[in-house]
Amino acid sequence: MNAVETFTTPDGRTIGGPVMEMRNITLRFGGVVAIKDISFDIREGEIRAIIGPNGAGKSSMLNVINGFYHPQEGEVFDHGKKRAPMRPYQIAHQGIARTFQNIALFKGMSTLDNIMTGRLTHMKSGILSHILWKGKAENEEVVNREKVERIIDFLEIQTIRKTPVGRLPYGLQKRVELGRALAAEPKLLLLDEPMAGMNVEEKEDMSRFILDVNDEFGTTIALIEHDMGVVMDIADRVVVMDYGKKIGDGTPDEVRSNQDVIDAYLGVAHD
Amino acid sequence: MLYREAGVFKTSYAKDQETFPIPFDKAGYFLALIVAFGVIPFLVNDYWANAILLPFLIYAIAAIGLNILTGYCGQVSLGSGGFMAVGAYATYKLMTAFPDLNMIIVILLAGLVTAFVGVLFGLPSLRIKGFYLAVATLAAQFFLVWLFNKIPWFYNYSASGQISAPERVVLGFEVTGANAQPAVIYLFCLCFTVALAWVARNLTRSNTGRKWMAIRDMDIAAEIIGVNPLMAKLSAFAVSSFYIGVAGALLFSVYLGAAEVGEAFGIQKSFLVLFMVIIGGLGSIFGSFAGAAFMVLFPVLLKNVMVGQLGWATDIAAHFEFIIVGALIIIFLIVEPHGLAALWRIAKEKLRLWPFPH
Repeated sequence: MNAVETFTTPDGRTIGGPVMEMRNITLRFGGVVAIKDISFDIREGEIRAIIGPNGAGKSSMLNVINGFYHPQEGEVFDHGKKRAPMRPYQIAHQGIARTFQNIALFKGMSTLDNIMTGRLTHMKSGILSHILWKGKAENEEVVNREKVERIIDFLEIQTIRKTPVGRLPYGLQKRVELGRALAAEPKLLLLDEPMAGMNVEEKEDMSRFILDVNDEFGTTIALIEHDMGVVMDIADRVVVMDYGKKIGDGTPDEVRSNQDVIDAYLGVAHD
Repeated sequence: MLYREAGVFKTSYAKDQETFPIPFDKAGYFLALIVAFGVIPFLVNDYWANAILLPFLIYAIAAIGLNILTGYCGQVSLGSGGFMAVGAYATYKLMTAFPDLNMIIVILLAGLVTAFVGVLFGLPSLRIKGFYLAVATLAAQFFLVWLFNKIPWFYNYSASGQISAPERVVLGFEVTGANAQPAVIYLFCLCFTVALAWVARNLTRSNTGRKWMAIRDMDIAAEIIGVNPLMAKLSAFAVSSFYIGVAGALLFSVYLGAAEVGEAFGIQKSFLVLFMVIIGGLGSIFGSFAGAAFMVLFPVLLKNVMVGQLGWATDIAAHFEFIIVGALIIIFLIVEPHGLAALWRIAKEKLRLWPFPH
């Protein structure tokens, strides 16, 4: 990579060089082309939004980033280095965490255990030390528990610490899922519709958490969201997709005035 | 009022993560251990040991094993009987090949052999799930029983096709053979059960257990947050088979003394252990004990009532036993799918407030 260009956002945060770069990604399922020749980058410290109508290929894009799908063409560059094909769990160990569109929590486990599971990429002890518990395993558990408690405080979910997550209301489950992803202390956090199905108040809370995560921990965030108000407010840069193609890329203001984007969202008269 | 957690505050995470965070529970646990180690050995006689205590302790190990696989890791298995047979035959081969080897080591080695076999039969779990995996493990059950019947090397070419445990001494006491004292056998099994239950608890509250539960609850999400599904599933198969193998080894060597594979380790054994886990409660170590106790004690109780009290013929009583146990299993599945462990939890919650309703 050549010299990293940095720039500063209007609210004073510094955005660094690309953390993750997609180059000419094409993803097909049989004859269906889900993503067609898309390139964009995610820069260090920014909040990058991916928007587009239903079926535009946004979630598929996230699945490519965290290794769940392998694109037929194109490459993913991690910090300027081409990424070899990897299984999703290996990519998790590279520091990429995500949440899901339809909540994918471990329903039989408590909030605490769910978030503790998020820390497993940081836990080194093996099965033999777990058998004995005393010593290494217990120490590691306590050290990581402290980190998890900090996240629980941050997300204001202290009261549901020991509740099985299956019993929690939807909004709280979304918050626990964010907590689980944060527990991994990711370099890059992928959020798939973090505000889907929420009321205004819950959306405000969630937006605040996302901004705080970005601000306090400096976490790079890529998110998919349908609520345009939210996206335009919190994102630094926006990628717009439609039918698997990229139709816009830039700051919220640039995207808002892009004619293709307006056509895709509002429809266009064919004459 | 009887059972309370109010006023119990923890000041460190280590304390908060204890197995029994509530003093009342802790006291109960230690009391049970004291009674089990200090009182029962002096009271136990042949009938109690053979009809109730030994089967309970041995099946509790098997139930914990299956619970690790099915209850914690979510992989259904119908092969427990076959894996118990592996433990039993490994014990037999080790006992006859190395007569000087300590019995404790023999049983642990038999567990390791079973763990290895379990991993082999666990490999399909990477591709298939649910009912299909259950059928694959069912194949393991039938294959293993067939194997031990078919190849005479496994039963040392004995004419009857049976295996029988030679006499072995641990710390100066006979633990196998006809002359072993009930109290000694009981303590021998109790040590295994307590140690293995403690290990199971440690595994399930640590990172290993969380990986298993993550795979059980949502395997795709588990993989995306960094769980290697291959390692998680195979480790569950290995640990689970180790437990079931140890149970099979104990069942053969110290309890039965002699066994014929189709009879002792047939498909009924697989279902028996599965019922224990379902009735006791999936994903609970306490539930494994409760399920084992229920499935061992209940038939004995029924038999005593029907034959001893009511004076019915033994064969009629045996048929009634099937009907009643079968009906109870169905009732449990409908009324309380989380088993005795859930009932116990509900009872504790009621006790917290008793005798005041609010």
